[in-house]
Amino acid sequence: MKIKDPVNRVDIQAKLNGSVKYIEDMIFENLHYARTLRSSIPRGKILSVAYPDIIEGITIVDKNDIIDKNEVSMIDTDMPIFADSEVNYVGEPIALIVGKDKNQVIEFFNKIIVEYEPLEAVLTMGDNATFSKRTYTKGDLSKYSTLEEFSGHYKTTYQEQLYMEKQGVVANYVDKRIEIYGSMQCPYYIKNALINALGFNENRIRVIQTTTGGAFGGKEDYPSLMACQTALASIKIGAPVRLIFDRREDIIFTTKRHPSETNITSYLENGKIKGMKIDVELDAGPYLGLSDVVLQRAILSMTGAYQIENLEVNGVVYKTNNVFNGAFRGFGAPQSLFALEQHMTQIAKHLGKDPLDLRREYFVQTGQLTSTNGIFHENIYLAKMADKLEEISDYKNLKKESDDGNLVGYGFAIVPHGGGFTGDGEAVHIKAVVKLKKDTEGFVHILVSNVEMGQGALTALAKIVASALDIPLDRVVYKNTDTHAVPDSGPTAASRTTMVIGKLLYEAAVKLREVMDVNEEIIITEHYKQPDYIEWDQDTLQGNAYLSYSWAALLARVEVDPLTLEVSCTDIYGIYDVGIPVDEKLLLGQVHGGVIQGMGYGMMEAMYSDGGKIQQNSFASYAVPTTVDVPNIHSDWIINEYEDGPFGAKAAGELTLVGVAPAIASAVADAIGKDIYEIPVLPEKILEVTK
Amino acid sequence: MRNITFTLNGEKVTVETTLSRRLLDVIRIDLGLTGTKEGCGEGECGACQVYLDGKIVNSCLVPMSNVIGREVQTIEGFAKTKAYEKIEKAYIEEGAVQCGFCTPGMVMATNALLKDNAHPNSKEIKESLAGNICRCTGYQTIFKAVKKIADEEEK
Repeated sequence: MKIKDPVNRVDIQAKLNGSVKYIEDMIFENLHYARTLRSSIPRGKILSVAYPDIIEGITIVDKNDIIDKNEVSMIDTDMPIFADSEVNYVGEPIALIVGKDKNQVIEFFNKIIVEYEPLEAVLTMGDNATFSKRTYTKGDLSKYSTLEEFSGHYKTTYQEQLYMEKQGVVANYVDKRIEIYGSMQCPYYIKNALINALGFNENRIRVIQTTTGGAFGGKEDYPSLMACQTALASIKIGAPVRLIFDRREDIIFTTKRHPSETNITSYLENGKIKGMKIDVELDAGPYLGLSDVVLQRAILSMTGAYQIENLEVNGVVYKTNNVFNGAFRGFGAPQSLFALEQHMTQIAKHLGKDPLDLRREYFVQTGQLTSTNGIFHENIYLAKMADKLEEISDYKNLKKESDDGNLVGYGFAIVPHGGGFTGDGEAVHIKAVVKLKKDTEGFVHILVSNVEMGQGALTALAKIVASALDIPLDRVVYKNTDTHAVPDSGPTAASRTTMVIGKLLYEAAVKLREVMDVNEEIIITEHYKQPDYIEWDQDTLQGNAYLSYSWAALLARVEVDPLTLEVSCTDIYGIYDVGIPVDEKLLLGQVHGGVIQGMGYGMMEAMYSDGGKIQQNSFASYAVPTTVDVPNIHSDWIINEYEDGPFGAKAAGELTLVGVAPAIASAVADAIGKDIYEIPVLPEKILEVTK
Repeated sequence: MRNITFTLNGEKVTVETTLSRRLLDVIRIDLGLTGTKEGCGEGECGACQVYLDGKIVNSCLVPMSNVIGREVQTIEGFAKTKAYEKIEKAYIEEGAVQCGFCTPGMVMATNALLKDNAHPNSKEIKESLAGNICRCTGYQTIFKAVKKIADEEEK
C-alpha cells in the first residue's frame, strides 16, 4: 500500500461489537478485588488506623508490606506507595483492602476508622514551598521598562481527563515474577517504578498493556502508583489482585490538569509590543510527579506563534496539599496559551486593531530565533494559514447578529505545539529503541512500547510501516504492548508516537525492504538520533525547545444568551499544519476530539477544590460536552512536509486541543464587550465581569 | 438469593441472584457478556446501554426485579442482526470509533434512534444521542455515520 491510501482503523470491528477486552473484562483465576483506603484530610499525621476484626479472606496491604522502597519512582521518588506516618492530600492511599468477595471487602472497608492529627494544609499557591523555578530571557527587556505597560492576570482551574474507561490494573505474582496488566500509556514507566519499589531484577517484572479506553495523559504516570500497590498485594496473598476505581474515585483523586495563574505585562511603544514579562504559576499538589516537565512546556510555549524580541519568562511549580496533578493533553501549554491569546486579544482591543491583524504582525517566521534563541528551521506558513482561515470562515463578512437576539462574538487563537519531548529529552532521557521483525511467513511485527489508547496508534504506525514496505496493511502485526516482547521506545506522550516513533519505524522499514525476500526471521533495530540542527542547554533553557512545531489557526463563534449568560459555541474554524498527515481520517478524529475537549476546558468543565477536596465527582456535577453541546467544526489543513517525520508528518494529538479554549474565551469577550481573564467561561463568571 | 429467569439475546436464562442486583453486573459477571461497559454506574454516560423489551435502558440503573420474565438484548446479541451490520459499516467508513469504550452503548443508541426515526435531522440525532458520552471523537464522525445509514435507507 501507499501512504496516501485511506485506511480503516485496524482495531475498529472488535470495539464496535464489544468483543475487545479491557482490563475490567478480563478473567483471572482466583481474582481478588482491592479497594483503596484513603486520607480524608489534606494534611496530617496518622495517629491510628482501627480495622475491624479480621474476617477470613480479607487482607490489608499497607506500608508494612513494602518489600524494598516505599516510593513510586517517576522523575523523583517523593511519592510513597502507601502513606507512611503522614498524609499530604485528600485521597492519599493509606492501604488496600483485598479480598475475593467484593461485598465482603466493602463491608470491611466501611468499618475502618482512621484517626489523624491534622496539620496546617497549604491549599493555595503563594510564598510556600516550591518544587521548581525556571527562568529564561531573550533580548534585553530592561531597555523597555519605561514604556507603556499593558498587563493582564489570567487564571485556569483543574481539568479532568475523564477517559471513559476508568483507571484499572491487575497484578499477578506467579513463579517469583510480577505481571501487571492494565490500562496505561507508559508500560516502561510502570516497569521502572516496580524495579525501584520491589528491588527485583528486571526479568522478574512484566508489564502488559490491555486495550485502553482513553487516557489523554491521565494514564501516563498514575498507573505506576496502582501497579506498585497491587504488586505488593499480589505478592502478599499469592493471587491476582485487581484495582479498578469507581468513577467518583477516579474523578476526585487521580491526576488532573494543573490549575494556573499567569501574569503578562507587555511593553508598548507606538502601537508595537517591544517586550513581555511573564510569570506562570502551577499548583502541583504534594508530589513532584511530572510537574516540572509540565512547567517547562508551559513556559516554553509561552509566546505561542509570536515573535517577541525581548522577554523574561519565569515559571514556578508550587507544592500544595491539593490533589496530585499530572499530564493532560497539552501538558502546560493550554494554560499558557489561554493567557497569551487573551492578552493578544486585549492588546488588539487596546490599540484599536483587528485581532487577527495584530496577531499577523508578530507571526514567527522560518529562520528567526525562537523565544529560547533556537532557530526555527522548518517551513512556517502562519500567514498562509491565517489567509485560509479567513477564507473558510468568510471572516470579512461575518455577522455580529443572531436570529434570536443572542450576543454574537468571534475569537481567534493561533497556536503552536512542539512535537516530542522538550529540549533534548528524546535524546538524553528517552533514547527510544524500536524494532521491526519479519517472520518466516512474511509478516512484519512492530515492536515498540507505545500504546493504542484510542488515538489510532495501531493504525497509524502500521500504515507507516506497510507504506514504507509497500505491502498490504494486514501483513503488519502490531499488538498491545508487552515489556517482555518490545524494547523501550518511550512513553505514549508528548504527541511523539507518529512523529518520533513513526519515523524510527520508517527508517527500520527502509532497511528491512532490502532484505524482505530473505527467507528467514529478520530483526531490524533503530535507535533515536537527534537531528544535527537541534541544540539545547537544559540548564539555561536555551536552544531548540522542540524538534519541530505543529500549528493551528482557529476562529471560534459563540452566542451568549443576554438573560441567562449561557454560552453556546456554534462554530469552530480551524486550519492545521501537521506536516503531511499520515492518515486524513485519523487526523480528523484528533481534530474533532481535541476541539471538543478544548471547548469543554474553555466553557464547561468547571472543577474546583474546597478544603483540598475536589468538589465535582460525577458526570452530573462535572459537565463534559455531550452531543447537544458540540459546534459545527470546519477544518482544513495545509501540506508542509517535515523532513524528520515519517512521510513528512509532524505531531497532531495535543495541537488540536491547546488553542480551542483561548479562541472561545476571546469570542465570549467579543460578544459581551468585556475582557475575559479566567476559564471556563461560565455564566456566573460572565456575570462578574459584566455587572 | 432467588432464581430469576429472563430472555437474553433470544435465549432463556436463569440466574441465582438478588432482586436488587444491577442488570449490568448480571450480564457482565454472571453471564460473561462484557461488551456492555460500566462508565459511571450512575446512568449518566450510556456505556452500559442495552435493550429491555426493545427499549434502550442504562443497565446500571436496572435492578433484576425489573427484568423477571422480560427480554434483554446486549451488544453481543445485537451484533448478530442486519441492523447492526449497517451501523458497523457506517461507523467503520466514517472512523467513528477511537478508544471504543463508549462504542457498544453508542451503537445501541444509534439503533434505538434509527428504529424510531429512520430519517433523523441533525438536531434529532444530537438529542437522541445526548445520553451517550464520548470523550474521544467529538461526536462528529458518529453524526456522519448515523446520517450515512439514514441516507442509504432512502436509496
